[in-house]
Amino acid sequence: MQKIGYTLAAASLMLASAATTTMATEGRDYISMVGSGTVYPFAAAVAEQFGKTSKFKTPKIEATGTGGGMKLFCAGAGVDTPDITNASRQMKKSEMEACEKNGVTEVVEVRVGYDGIVFANSKKAAPMQLSRKDIYLALAKQVPSPAGGDKLVANPYKTWKDVNPALPANKIEVFGPAPISGTRDAFTELVMDNGCETFPFIKAMEKSDAKQFKAVCQTLREDGGYVEAGDNYNLIVQKLETSPASMGIFGFSYLDQNGDKVQGSMIDGSIPTFENIASGKYVVSRPLFFYVKKAHVGVVPGINEYIAEFTSDRAWGKEGYLAEKGLIPAPAEERKANAEIAKSLKPMVMK
Amino acid sequence: MDRVNVGLAKRYRKERRFRLFGLAAIIASLLFLVLLLGSITSKGWTAFQQTQILLDVYFDPLALDVKNLATANYASLVNHAVQVLFPQVESREDKRRLGKLISSGAAFDLQKMVINNPELIGTNQALWVVAKDEVDMFAKGYIPRNVPESERRVSDKQIAWIDQLAAAGRLKKRFNTTFFQAGDSREPELAGIRGAVMGSMFTLIVTLALAFPIGVAAAVYLEEFAPKNRWTDLIEVNVNNLAAIPSIVFGLLGLAVFLNFMNLPRSASLVGGLVLTLMTLPTIIIASRASLKSVPPSIREAALGIGASKMQTISHHILPLALPGMMTGTIIGMARALGETAPLLMIGMVAFIVDVPHSFSDPATVLPVQIYLWADSPERAFVERTSAAIMVLLFILLLMNGAAVFLRNKFERRW
Repeated sequence: MQKIGYTLAAASLMLASAATTTMATEGRDYISMVGSGTVYPFAAAVAEQFGKTSKFKTPKIEATGTGGGMKLFCAGAGVDTPDITNASRQMKKSEMEACEKNGVTEVVEVRVGYDGIVFANSKKAAPMQLSRKDIYLALAKQVPSPAGGDKLVANPYKTWKDVNPALPANKIEVFGPAPISGTRDAFTELVMDNGCETFPFIKAMEKSDAKQFKAVCQTLREDGGYVEAGDNYNLIVQKLETSPASMGIFGFSYLDQNGDKVQGSMIDGSIPTFENIASGKYVVSRPLFFYVKKAHVGVVPGINEYIAEFTSDRAWGKEGYLAEKGLIPAPAEERKANAEIAKSLKPMVMK
Repeated sequence: MDRVNVGLAKRYRKERRFRLFGLAAIIASLLFLVLLLGSITSKGWTAFQQTQILLDVYFDPLALDVKNLATANYASLVNHAVQVLFPQVESREDKRRLGKLISSGAAFDLQKMVINNPELIGTNQALWVVAKDEVDMFAKGYIPRNVPESERRVSDKQIAWIDQLAAAGRLKKRFNTTFFQAGDSREPELAGIRGAVMGSMFTLIVTLALAFPIGVAAAVYLEEFAPKNRWTDLIEVNVNNLAAIPSIVFGLLGLAVFLNFMNLPRSASLVGGLVLTLMTLPTIIIASRASLKSVPPSIREAALGIGASKMQTISHHILPLALPGMMTGTIIGMARALGETAPLLMIGMVAFIVDVPHSFSDPATVLPVQIYLWADSPERAFVERTSAAIMVLLFILLLMNGAAVFLRNKFERRW
């Protein structure tokens, strides 16, 4: 027993010293990426292909959310910071300023394609035909008084029929992403803001008091009508299956994979299909980006080649493997322009 | 006596009720356990099998340049081999769909084969290649046949081809070796848990190597040498407190100290191990102190009485007797560390990593993180892989806890 104890102690001490001496302080030989969970599956597919077909190591990708990615990306210019950040929205001015303050001056912006956000319910229920105004009225915390006039009241609507008589009398219950998610940002911007602007007095507010406008349009109700379901969209799909009266909000790729379980609602006259999103007919779609730290190109091996793989037609093209994964390809000219930027590594200029 | 008899029936009833409550509690928890395990195994066991397709691949010398084997177009060899099986398919669109029955991994397998053995060039080989995840899902019955074509990821034509292959005996479910040999992948049929298992292993080695000696040393000092005063009381309160802290806090600490201050590499299992060390230390210290305490004072006194020094008493008598309890505590602490994801999030170990890690500083992820990432993926084939990975994790945990019980029973001395 005693011997076992000693050998154990000796072995663990040896291991401890071995572990602490393998600290890698020298340069990195793989690409490090952070950012949006929406772009993550696409970036991962490219990274994998790149790792298999090139002599470089497979890049590492962390899904930190768009905002979290920007923070890490802009933390400094050293090799201990990420080389690329993926984003499901454009970089904000404040983020660019943070970047510049920390010495990250040259950032290349590449727009990779589009993602549709769908408003779906179970196949067991009838498909819904919604407008952005309906969704705004159903989900906002404060809405214009149903009695008319320019007064805001706490959301009184209980069922979809209350919102719009043409809709079924189902209880309003929508499962959607939490505020840290880029999908949520895009949803509030594309649907809520838009639906809210259909009321002239709120639209006027946008000019006079932008902060108030944001608060009115982007604050979702907290009385159970909107349920934050975290970032796991598979869970939302499962919930919709068990409660057919509910609705869910998620990215198009989840609808694409679960076409036998859920269906996308028609929004403002068009249904979310691959073709409708690609042609811009389906309005709730947003561009996806990645940002490259130019200072790392040439320092960390493989960045140029990775970008080339991502912007090649076999990846992001109409028939590319990313389309297979649910990325909506950008129109040909846009792809060409962005491939050009990616090739020349032209830094972006903030307007 | 009469007064006792009056109340007796009531007291018996009370006792029966009490026992019944206990039994009900156990049955309820067992029921939940069975439900959990049942749902996981029923979803996950199919992942241990994988649909494969038998192709007759012709290693065309025209397509394979001996000097340039790494860059040759192996995908076209695969596509050609499928098209040979279906000579009636002619349109370009259909040929493309036909190619989609086979995983993109097949081309890489061929590449490996040819590079290892260039003599294959010019020969015909019958090979089982991995089918695409959608074919796999269809063959396993997860994609229903009787819904409109637009609602499933497999088209009517593809179903007809799959049926044809199955009828010819060219489509079979075989043991899924990829799942145990590969790292992560965005293609479910190519994804495996090897990378995550290795990452977990490296992380746990670091944790064990640091937490066990430090924890035991701390416990021995606190129990045997430290004076009982306000300071040691303070330390004791703090150790107990740390054991109850949410693990994410240790992740934040790790981010601040190991990454930002000590500049250790992000996403490395070394840092993960350090963070988990901090997390498991209190557990180990508490368990070790308890087992030191349970060594009877008579042993101590006898050793001291026949002239052993304090150190001899501890190292010859007390430590060996307390060791089984310490090891049990350590293993339980390790098992907890194995299941952790939250602290690893902060230090970048929640990441997509394809290459299997080979050292402590390689970027790595761990099993529970892999489960979390797969659970979040849209592809349906990841559902069964998620459950299968959970089964593997549970199996490892079972082994570890089993080892704890075994050690306890084997070495424990009862007084």
